[in-house]
Amino acid sequence: MKTLNNKLDKVFSTPNGKAFICFLTAGDPAADCTVEYILEMERAGADLVEIGIPFSDPTAEGVVIQDANIRALKNGMTTDGAFEIVRRVREKSQIPLAFMTYANPVFHYGYDRFFTRCEELGIDAIIIPDMPYEEKREMEEPANAHNVALVSMIAPTSEDRIQTIASEAKGFIYVVSSMGVTGVRSEIKTDLGAIVESIRKVTDVPCAIGFGISTPEQAKKMAAVSDGAIVGSAIVKLIAKYGEQAGPEIYKYVKSMKDAVGECGR
Amino acid sequence: MSKGRYGIHGGQYVSETLMNELLHLEESYEHYKNDPDFVRELNDLLNEYAGRPSLLYYAEKMTKDLGGAKIYLKREDLNHTGSHKINNVLGQVLLAKKMGKTRIIAETGAGQHGVATATAAALLGMECEIYMGKEDTERQALNVYRMELLGAKVHPVTTGTQTLKDAVNECMREWTNRVNDTLYVLGSVMGPHPFPMIVRDFQSVISREARQQILEKEGKLPAAVVACVGGGSNSMGMFWNFIEDKEVELIGCEAAGKGVDTAETAATIATGSLGIFHGMKSYFCQDEYGQIAPVYSISAGLDYPGIGPEHANLHDTGRAQYVPVTDDEAVDAFEYIARTEGIICAVESAHAVAHVRKIAKNYSPDQSIIICLSGRGDKDVAAIARYRGVDLHE
Repeated sequence: MKTLNNKLDKVFSTPNGKAFICFLTAGDPAADCTVEYILEMERAGADLVEIGIPFSDPTAEGVVIQDANIRALKNGMTTDGAFEIVRRVREKSQIPLAFMTYANPVFHYGYDRFFTRCEELGIDAIIIPDMPYEEKREMEEPANAHNVALVSMIAPTSEDRIQTIASEAKGFIYVVSSMGVTGVRSEIKTDLGAIVESIRKVTDVPCAIGFGISTPEQAKKMAAVSDGAIVGSAIVKLIAKYGEQAGPEIYKYVKSMKDAVGECGR
Repeated sequence: MSKGRYGIHGGQYVSETLMNELLHLEESYEHYKNDPDFVRELNDLLNEYAGRPSLLYYAEKMTKDLGGAKIYLKREDLNHTGSHKINNVLGQVLLAKKMGKTRIIAETGAGQHGVATATAAALLGMECEIYMGKEDTERQALNVYRMELLGAKVHPVTTGTQTLKDAVNECMREWTNRVNDTLYVLGSVMGPHPFPMIVRDFQSVISREARQQILEKEGKLPAAVVACVGGGSNSMGMFWNFIEDKEVELIGCEAAGKGVDTAETAATIATGSLGIFHGMKSYFCQDEYGQIAPVYSISAGLDYPGIGPEHANLHDTGRAQYVPVTDDEAVDAFEYIARTEGIICAVESAHAVAHVRKIAKNYSPDQSIIICLSGRGDKDVAAIARYRGVDLHE
């Protein structure tokens, strides 16, 4: 298998091997803010930032991120706008970056054109919730040709599919903690340790857990059974609340989460 | 290439959480569709409960008035619950029951699929929740109450454009939340595989009957069959058994709304482009960045920005043709067929009637055209009145 020449290895090269990954939606509430908030996340210790390219119909998202998509689109954010945000971040930072969006904006932009642009700007990975194992080939080939990893997702219902998916995974594996859509949850009941153990039997690609994580305690617990924690809705909630003034709040929050993940043993 | 492909269209573009459930659904369907008990139970429901076979009615006055082909109407409007939707729903809800599910969720636009689903759920003893765009709950308030009478819980969907597409989004979200005891009963030949196949199979009863009925009445196949297309379930049902009969023209009528040169349209083939949405690759109304367009039609049932993948392929191969019909033309046809034949049909079906009014004279009197009259129009009377400036509310 061809190794991808990108920065994803760096994401999990922390002292304890655990990463803290954050998400925000491009253009929510404005492009300038997204640039600033990504840099704040890096300063607070984030190991990877996922930038959501807004989509009109985000079927895997809960209300919080749905609303962020609507705000961003209303403010005129586009795929080209998201690339421009990354270009501006890259003037100041080499933090590993991923795009998260849906199949259609990427398909419609043209796979080759999209991933050429990603490679130029140093986008390391792409996460597409509506591109399961069976359909991934059409996107994975052009992505890999441009050193972008198409992140494989594994869900609580994957069961007999876990090892098939994991054996072909590149970059990192996104383990979905719970049933349903993105959003803060008070409790995560899935036996994630068992899922990660099953993945480990076929690959050493790192596993990060996302969906529903909001507190440092949850992040620590999730990182303890995997290689990292992913947080989206909790950050987007801060942005919804503080708007253009969210920088300091994001810094504080990301730092507390990163510290919690850093406390895990190897 | 993945399963469920129609040329380049179709596939299973859904979140990983749903994949095992889709595979399980496909496996169950492949088993039960050949299970003699299942087939017998379903046929009993269709014949003894839903009122099949539906009539193939010779519209003599329309024929004389239009002066050309003999016009036949496939009367799906006479089915129990008043539309073709019951064909699919009885099949899927029975399948869900066999699979051990206890709960059904479904989207609805005009409310026809929601009412049909709530009906089948009541009959077969399943819990039922319907997702309906808030705007649609307002323009079809009577159907909301009807579903509630049947024991269903109706969730008004307040996201996005608050219409059919958003109701589908919300159903997909809810299904991801709870797959174990729940089946998503999709109402059209769309979504991820195996839905386009399952819905087409259950709707194909329309053309199985119609083909036999026309042969009995005319001794030969029709020159054309015509049906309205939103997602495309009644039209796929109407086309299916004629696809191999190459001499039969297949014509789908899309909702052009205020016209295909305006933004207020839902004509996907006329104005859309290739995309990936709602689990399938097909044609969609979308902008230059692949954002799904807010579409418009007077008919809530055709107010959808995409088209089923098998239709997309029938378009690509040229086997079927798709034509746009505007609100104005559909409303004229709604009134026309009421006065001429004494039939108040659904405004969706009136799109097909409108097109036949244009083309009938191009055919000779020894040829015939079948229109799929997919539903009855009681639900539309108030909206048509308002369209004509009569201040009438339900």
